[in-house]
Amino acid sequence: MNITSRLAWRNVWRHPRRTWLTIGAMVFSNALLVFMISIQFGMYELMIDNTLKAFTGHLQVQAVGYKDDLKIRQVVPDARSVAERLRSELELETITVRSSAFVLLSSEDRSYGVQVFGVDPEYEPRVSSIPGLVREGHYPTGRDAQEIVIGKVLARNLRVGLGDELTLLGSGRDGSFAAAVAEVAGIFDSGVTDMDRSIAEIPVGFFDDVFYMEGASHAVVIVTPDLASVPGIKSRVEASLPINEGLVVHDWDALQPGLKQAIQADISSAFFMYGILVILVAFSVMNTQLMSVLERTHEFGIVMSLGVTPGRLGTLVILETGMMALAGLLLGALAGGLVTLWFTYNGFSYPGMDQMAANFNLPSRFYPQVTVLTLFLGPAVVFVGSILSSLYPALRLHWLQPVAAMRAV
Amino acid sequence: MRVIQISFVLAWRNLWRNHRRTVIMLAAISVGAWAMIFMTALMRGMVNDMVRDGIRALPGHVQVHNPLYRDDPSVSNLIAMSDVELAERFSSAGIERFSARVRVPAIISSERESRGVTLLGVDPIQEQSVDAIGSTIVAGTGLDTAASNGIVIGRKLAEKLETEIGKRIVIMSQDPDNEVADRGFRVIGLFEANLAIQEEAFVFAGRQAIQEMLGIDDRVSELAVMGDDYRDVRPLLATVRQLMGTNDEVLPWNELDSYLGSMLAVMDGFVLVWIVVIFLALSFGLVNTLVMAVFERVREIGLMLALGMRPSGILLQIVFESSLLLIIGLAIGNVLAIASILPLRGGIDISIVAEGMEMFGASSILYPELQASDVVLANVVVLILGFFASLSPAWRASRYEPVEAITKV
Repeated sequence: MNITSRLAWRNVWRHPRRTWLTIGAMVFSNALLVFMISIQFGMYELMIDNTLKAFTGHLQVQAVGYKDDLKIRQVVPDARSVAERLRSELELETITVRSSAFVLLSSEDRSYGVQVFGVDPEYEPRVSSIPGLVREGHYPTGRDAQEIVIGKVLARNLRVGLGDELTLLGSGRDGSFAAAVAEVAGIFDSGVTDMDRSIAEIPVGFFDDVFYMEGASHAVVIVTPDLASVPGIKSRVEASLPINEGLVVHDWDALQPGLKQAIQADISSAFFMYGILVILVAFSVMNTQLMSVLERTHEFGIVMSLGVTPGRLGTLVILETGMMALAGLLLGALAGGLVTLWFTYNGFSYPGMDQMAANFNLPSRFYPQVTVLTLFLGPAVVFVGSILSSLYPALRLHWLQPVAAMRAV
Repeated sequence: MRVIQISFVLAWRNLWRNHRRTVIMLAAISVGAWAMIFMTALMRGMVNDMVRDGIRALPGHVQVHNPLYRDDPSVSNLIAMSDVELAERFSSAGIERFSARVRVPAIISSERESRGVTLLGVDPIQEQSVDAIGSTIVAGTGLDTAASNGIVIGRKLAEKLETEIGKRIVIMSQDPDNEVADRGFRVIGLFEANLAIQEEAFVFAGRQAIQEMLGIDDRVSELAVMGDDYRDVRPLLATVRQLMGTNDEVLPWNELDSYLGSMLAVMDGFVLVWIVVIFLALSFGLVNTLVMAVFERVREIGLMLALGMRPSGILLQIVFESSLLLIIGLAIGNVLAIASILPLRGGIDISIVAEGMEMFGASSILYPELQASDVVLANVVVLILGFFASLSPAWRASRYEPVEAITKV
């Protein structure tokens, strides 16, 4: 330990109460930041995961314009062989085809307009969580089975159970009238009322017959192993698609633009709040350091006249701040980590949160995770902010006149 | 009295003895107060806008339905009274803003496309009085009477259906016997709504035309009633309940849309938490400043005590010093907040995250809303908690032993 750091350490503890109050401000903000950021980042991940794994997938191959218009004519021709080829080229089994149409779905006593999807029973369960959420009955097994799977709320509204027949009325790909009868094979319960009310799935072969798709589908849905691999896989898919067929590859933020933007909106408002906290801590540190410099004017005057340079004294002040900030960082991360850890086991919930959470496909109780990033991101910013705020007291030393300073009381 | 006066003058002068410290502390309090009020105004603006929009979409502050309708929004579940009787009862009770509507799920088809929608049969004159969505006509004309044969659809829906004003579309729904009821309508107008999803979800036709098509005489599914203030709907609710008897379900907006209802409560909670968090971050600096102020004046305080000032005078002095700091800081903060909110009154365009905001149910222009109660809350919380925070250093200062204090170096 050289002399400067030893001096700094002793100076820090000249006024223990003041030091602890300053460290206290840091610990408070740091703990709060760790906790908030852990919750926030965890929620974003869950939001993305739940939304994409439910249905959308990470990437979709579609006809140009289908994403916005959802018109039945905008198809991927011969989609099943496209999917087959992608599966072997990418060595990825989580790829499937999906068609969709708007129909009037009627039971004996009720009719509702819903979006019906034609799905491949073999591959759909690897891409979407809906097949796994079938609580009654089973997911269709054959591509041509005249079976339908509907959500729990829709089943209740249509007043049907397993084995009942539903009539589908709509228009086919060529604009002609499309009608079919399907047996309710399964009922899924995702817990998200909107999904349970508005989605129906039938096997893709059956869908082809009813809507005259002639082997075409509306999307090839791809789930990548994780979010990070999306761009790489996207470019490989793009490269392997036939050119001039009017096909495009959309990634998840194009398919669900709301999701990324909701996260961005939330991040910017949260970061505004964190910014304010950091500024308040910085003021607190600046005040403390200014006081500690001013009360040592006399002392500084003496050591300067003995030949110590203002730069060295500045380093001393910054070193003192660094010591306090480091203590604040460690204690804050510790406190924040412990609080977060408690919620990791017990779950975090807020009155009214369940309704908000449902809007974003989130559970009503949330279990935040502590990671290195969430643990040190906030405290690191506070640390830097503290050091920066001590620059003003540190630089003031350059204007100190040794003789005048020595006379100061 | 004299003691108070002296303490006050001393406190004021002491405040400016170390003007740098005071200025830094004032800056911290001002930034804190600004952030409290500014952030709250933004969030309030967003939530109030969401609630008002939500009420327009419902629409109404209070709604009447058949008790089965909300779970099963079918044409079979109608309100017991006819629309004529409803109109008579409500008008004679002095309620002017209400709309009796037929509201059923339906399929709308153009020559090219079909979509599932919510079909509303409305009386345009009644409908205008509740200021529901669908009233902002951007092309063509609105419905003129309840017997109108035209249909008004959303601008987005028209794009998706590839239809336009003057073209015919077909509406398909079910009658009470579950027979398919369908009818052609001519598109006479397009409406615009704040949320894209609303432009796709609702279509409006004349009430009589829909009643004829569905074969339900003069019955309706829904009665929407508008009061004066959405924050307090209890009187209106009681009146409507009295008028309707017990056959039908009468609910206020916050129970009809629990997400919306919980938003207001969540928001109140958020405002308080935000204010307290900012205060806590400030309080460390505040206490620190006071501790320093006392520390550097120990001899002086001892002298005052020795000269006969009562400890309560010293206590008062420190409390005054802290209160003055807070009051000046808050005043600057309030002025800053108002000055920064006023230029934004025209709304902040956040349409880059429009689809994300739509997930929250909020629109893409944010109008900050300065609510007097929030401003008062922020100032009062800071003053009261600030008072308590200053008690500890003030108490310690007043308990010094005069002789010890004077001789302290």
